Amino acid sequence: MVAISREAPATTPHIVRVCQVRFAWPGRNGFALAIANFVLPARTRLLLIGPSGSGKSTFLGLLCGVLTPQAGSIEVLGRDITRLSASARDAYRAEHFGIIFQMFNLLPYGTVIDNVLLPLSFAPGRRRRAAARAPLEQEAARLLGRLGLEADLIRGPLAARLSVGQQQRVAAARALIGAPELIVADEPTSALDRDRQAAFLDLLFGEVSAAGATLIMVSHDESLAPRFDSVMRLDEIALQGQKDKA
Amino acid sequence: MIVLRLALQSLRNRWLTALLTVLAIAVSVMLLLGVEKIRTGARQSFADTISGTDLIVGARSGSLNLLLYAVFRIGNATNNLSWQSYQDIRARPEVAWSVPLSLGDSHHGYRVLGTTLDYFTHYRFRQTHGLAFRAGAPFSDLFDAVLGADVAAALGYKLNDRIIISHGLGSVAFVEHEDKPFRVSGILEKTGTPVDRTVHVSLEAIEAIHVDWQSGGRIPGQSASAEEVRGMDLTPKAITAALVGLKSKLATFRLQREINEYRAEPLSAILPGAALQELWGLVGIAETALTVVSAMVVATALLGMVTMILTTLNERRREMAILRSVGARPRTILALLMAEAGVLTLTGIALGIILLYIGLLALAPFVDRSYGLHLPIDAPKPAELMTLAAIWAAGCLAGLLPALRAYRLSVADGMTVRT
Repeated sequence: MVAISREAPATTPHIVRVCQVRFAWPGRNGFALAIANFVLPARTRLLLIGPSGSGKSTFLGLLCGVLTPQAGSIEVLGRDITRLSASARDAYRAEHFGIIFQMFNLLPYGTVIDNVLLPLSFAPGRRRRAAARAPLEQEAARLLGRLGLEADLIRGPLAARLSVGQQQRVAAARALIGAPELIVADEPTSALDRDRQAAFLDLLFGEVSAAGATLIMVSHDESLAPRFDSVMRLDEIALQGQKDKA
Repeated sequence: MIVLRLALQSLRNRWLTALLTVLAIAVSVMLLLGVEKIRTGARQSFADTISGTDLIVGARSGSLNLLLYAVFRIGNATNNLSWQSYQDIRARPEVAWSVPLSLGDSHHGYRVLGTTLDYFTHYRFRQTHGLAFRAGAPFSDLFDAVLGADVAAALGYKLNDRIIISHGLGSVAFVEHEDKPFRVSGILEKTGTPVDRTVHVSLEAIEAIHVDWQSGGRIPGQSASAEEVRGMDLTPKAITAALVGLKSKLATFRLQREINEYRAEPLSAILPGAALQELWGLVGIAETALTVVSAMVVATALLGMVTMILTTLNERRREMAILRSVGARPRTILALLMAEAGVLTLTGIALGIILLYIGLLALAPFVDRSYGLHLPIDAPKPAELMTLAAIWAAGCLAGLLPALRAYRLSVADGMTVRT
């Protein structure tokens, strides 16, 4: 099953290509997740609808290189990450992925700026790219400003003092800094109310386009679908999903 | 490095538990080093008490007993050494000098030592130090006394004060030589040895206060006044022990053997150094026990630290998931937790050293005054630094336990936080 892309020009290079992947949690019988084929063109904004229990966490874990499938290949930016060593996958993730969680994205005792700059410690390429634009702290502040965080909060208190909405903006800035190719957001708006959801998505989309990145956003909220280039249901791409225990 | 800064901030975020952990380690380190300081201080104090004396001679007894009562004023002589035998030994050609010691009386719990003026010239402590007078001079009259520094300080005596000597030992005297008071003729400088806690009088004075005594009690009806005593023959019949210095150290063992085989009466001659070794052998068991206990306290403190880190792991799984999501390897998380244990231990050690020296500075004068124990305030010795390094290594190693657990959790959890 191929990604249902609204406008999928054949010329666009694929940023993600998953082939014949089978994954089982160690020590359990049966596959937690099996995917025959999943292709994602670059600069797409994909909404992945996944009700809980559909293997969403497993899928993201495979895509980001935290989990290794028992069979199949996962190409990200043309490289099969299943062939990389675990630590090479960690480095690859640091370099090419920006990840936003549903909530609790930040180290509560760190400053806002430190939280944004955190990935650069593990990704020298992103660090160079970010530093090429401006001194790192300025670049972090610029992104935070673009994402609508008030100026006094940018230089201000520890991350723990921020509201949930503000924390998600900081998390978005952290995902975007150093312009990684792929932004993965796991229900980033589910903790926000309607209005703030829309505002957050506007800002996120704007920055993702500006950076030329590809966005995979997972949600169970199908009403967000119209805002995306492409919408998939995880239970459609997953061949046989035995219950994901996660 | 942001990761390290965040790790420190994480620690600061838990400052109260971290502080208590550090304090526990600090106190245990202070205890361990303190025991070592007291141990070396005690040994040094003992070893420094007597220098330059080649043999100590007394009635036949164990060498330790002889050393303890003759030099340290601990315990009592089982028997005396006759004046005749002492004169024989003294007349030996190998003998350069000798000092007779006569013990058995006391003054307010301080031992009274009957001796000769040679004592003030030949007694040596801390290798080369001789006795010096802070005030006054050695005894010149029959009823003159020279006080050790502590005696004078504790009882508030000045020169020419009158003091009464009690018969027997013990701070509460039942029988006093009140008919023959002594005049303080001199006060010695502080030595840090039992000399400080001794009242020195002449051998003749010891004899004089006992002329009308027999078998530990006054002879009823007989009473010789202080003035009458002056006319009598006050040559002692016996002394308690004698310090002997030889012309050549080579003769030491021969003379020792000959004294031990002395025919006229059973005698013992001991080498102070050898007897001290015997003492170390005895107290070594207690020292080892103390060291083992303080090592256990250190182990307990490190266990406390491991417990502290382990209990925070669950609430820090989110932190680990975030670090993993931005590309940290499980190995990095292992290293961070070990670094945390390392930092806590190192801080504890540093604080322990500071506490130890503060304690030493505050207590050393008191300990010196009260127990005659000179605690050296010097830089840690290589052996102590090795101990500290071992504690640090043990702390890091102990940190491996929570670190490995965090490693396993972060591999299993990946980027999702399971609770």
